[in-house]
Amino acid sequence: MSIDITIVWAAIIFFGVMMYVVMDGFDLGIGMLYLFVPKREDRDVMMNTVAPVWDGNETWLVLGGAGLFAAFPRAYAVLLSALYLPLILMLLGLIFRGVAFEFRFKAPDVERHIWDKAFFGGSFVAAFFQGVTLGTYINGIKLTNGEYTAGAFAWVAPFPLFAGLGVVIAYSLLGCCWLIWKTDESLQSRMRELAKKLSWLILFNISVISIWTPLSNQEIAHRWFTMPNILWLSPMPILVALTMWKLSRAIEHKHELSPFIYSLCIIFLGYIGLGISVWPNIIPPDISIWQAAAPIESQRFALVGTVIIIPIILIYTAWSYYVFRGKVRAEDGYH
Amino acid sequence: MLTAQETILGFNALDFARVQFAFTISFHIVFPALTIGLASYLAVLEGFWLKTGKQVYKDLYHYWLKIFGVIFGMGVVSGLVMSYQFGTNWGSFSEFAGGVTGPLLAYEVLTAFFMEAGFLGVMMFGWNRVGRGLHFFATLMVTVGTLISMTWIIASNSWMQTPQGFSIVNNIVIPTDWWAIVFNPSFPYRLVHMAMAAFLATSLFVGASAAWQILRKQDTDAGRVMLSMSMWMLMFVAPLQILAGDMHGLNTLEYQPAKIAAMEGHWEKLSEAKTDKGMPLVLFAIPSQTQEKNLFSIEIPHVSSLILTHSLNGQIKGLKDFAVEDRPNVNVLFWSFRIMVALGSAMLLAGLASAYLRYKKQLYTSKIFLWAITLMGPTGLIAILAGWITTEAGRQPWVVYGVMRTKDAVSLHDVSTLALSLALFVFVYIFVFGIGVAYVLRLIRKPPVTHEGDEPIGHDNIRLPVAIASEFGGRS
Repeated sequence: MSIDITIVWAAIIFFGVMMYVVMDGFDLGIGMLYLFVPKREDRDVMMNTVAPVWDGNETWLVLGGAGLFAAFPRAYAVLLSALYLPLILMLLGLIFRGVAFEFRFKAPDVERHIWDKAFFGGSFVAAFFQGVTLGTYINGIKLTNGEYTAGAFAWVAPFPLFAGLGVVIAYSLLGCCWLIWKTDESLQSRMRELAKKLSWLILFNISVISIWTPLSNQEIAHRWFTMPNILWLSPMPILVALTMWKLSRAIEHKHELSPFIYSLCIIFLGYIGLGISVWPNIIPPDISIWQAAAPIESQRFALVGTVIIIPIILIYTAWSYYVFRGKVRAEDGYH
Repeated sequence: MLTAQETILGFNALDFARVQFAFTISFHIVFPALTIGLASYLAVLEGFWLKTGKQVYKDLYHYWLKIFGVIFGMGVVSGLVMSYQFGTNWGSFSEFAGGVTGPLLAYEVLTAFFMEAGFLGVMMFGWNRVGRGLHFFATLMVTVGTLISMTWIIASNSWMQTPQGFSIVNNIVIPTDWWAIVFNPSFPYRLVHMAMAAFLATSLFVGASAAWQILRKQDTDAGRVMLSMSMWMLMFVAPLQILAGDMHGLNTLEYQPAKIAAMEGHWEKLSEAKTDKGMPLVLFAIPSQTQEKNLFSIEIPHVSSLILTHSLNGQIKGLKDFAVEDRPNVNVLFWSFRIMVALGSAMLLAGLASAYLRYKKQLYTSKIFLWAITLMGPTGLIAILAGWITTEAGRQPWVVYGVMRTKDAVSLHDVSTLALSLALFVFVYIFVFGIGVAYVLRLIRKPPVTHEGDEPIGHDNIRLPVAIASEFGGRS
């Protein structure tokens, strides 16, 4: 049996983007939660829970881009050009968010508020436009003679904008649950309160997107609601409902780690659902992964390193999280 | 909405895409150039401290680590933009050559970016969380990461300059020999030239910080060690860099003769050259692209022949040997090259002066020298920019030399979209990186503090940025 290397590459990119969504998701969520936490000491703690790891988390986004470039150059070229403005705005958001980590602690006291705003605003803009990008992508990148002709503002439409809000809520929930795990006392209880509200919001959001997507897209409706697909896909909504229930109980019972795990599961399920809707296309609705694939020589060359190196990356990333394990407290920085 | 053919302020869509790339890459390169140098410097400092136990090395380590953090952060966010810009703005290039440049970028991410990012947290905040050996290991991993990163991106860029190891099938580049692709003819020269440039720029930056502190009556032992180490580096590397630059130039002459002709301001056709008369070195000139000659020039006879052919009367191709549409912009190359060479010569002189003053025991006291070194702080970075402008503008009108023209490489956006994105980049970069540079300057205004970061070792004693804030934020 021979393995289709293009499918392996699709799986790697799917995995890389998922790692990004999960890991930078809670970083960006923490940034957005700044809005609800005015106290400086609390904000210090929130930022410090991710300061040692955020850069590694963001690198998965670079891998997503570079992996696409290496294995599916046509998709890289077409998608990134078609999604031009949302991606540029996302990158600019990530600039403000990224420098805030360093600048906020180096700024004179009177300027710190600039970087609080940059951290919140940058995280919000980055998350929102990631959602807009996703929404536009699911709606389909229609090509005429191989060129994208829908214009620079095709993303200004109800579905992409709603997806933008969806990602904002999802990341906020992740960040909130991360902070329940990494902090204690008043900040932790504040996060518990927020997590309850956010889990209702995300349930609403997932429901709307799950109904809206098949309604507006016949192909996706066909994929989900015909026999036999409907049989083996039916556990998906049930799993989402079950996880939501477990999440709300975990928050209610003041568990520390499990809300974060359940929120990860929800993101994961939503992400799988999107994958099912799009597969095997990489530029929906018309271009499949095989049509956009790089020359086999390029796929092979890049794959050798990737399968060897990604496990090593996972090991030292885990080690870095291990080094910074435990609760982060305000006094930690002041020795 | 305006289409790709229309113009805003005389710029069409292609011009905007090019300006945007030039703008974003120019800002970006400054930060990795310094992080490559500073990471190595930090590794040396920590290594010296572990070996000798001298407090001054540890103080310097903590001092430069803060500055490294700020610069690294700016490098990360401006670099993220670059990794997406090939697709957002140069889609046709990416589709055409992605089979080669895509895997090279992927390897850079896998072998370098993750390694830097994964160990950076421990390097920056793990001083009291891991043992000395493990912390040093983290520093080394970050350092090696910066060097690996440079190697891959230089391989990719050099392949675009001197492409080989591929064939073209259905208008797509198919890699046929990866060894030939990575080790393409200009790669070793460009790699060595850039590595030394990063070390020089960093040593000038560190040296200027020290000199400035000494001049401002903040003469500390740590400051002297900084100045001394950076001047050793300058003294040894500046001459080596000139040698490497010369070899790089000869390599360019072999593979990209039009670039050399433009750098030299040399027009005459090889077939019309008089073999008994060598080529002069054009010191200064006003080259005219349209009139195909230098309107005014100051020349030294035979010297250009000597440099480029290592003989008195040797001749090379002039710009007229190339079709008008295949020539790079002479004015840009002529001047950017001269700026780089002039700054390189100044570095050589400064290195020699430092050796003399060190011998005379006046290295830390000669006012005029300290002023000169302070002023030379940014020259390493300016030389890097001038050098990259020379090599990148010199590749024009090609994006992949001799294979794909820049005008065929661009994504089809309408001109108003590009004007908008460029305006956003200019505004954000000047605001964010302007303030970032101001914060770096604030950090180097104060000399290193003794026993900084000397907390007792304990598990909960995490050193997070708040500690740095309490040291610096409060004293503005």
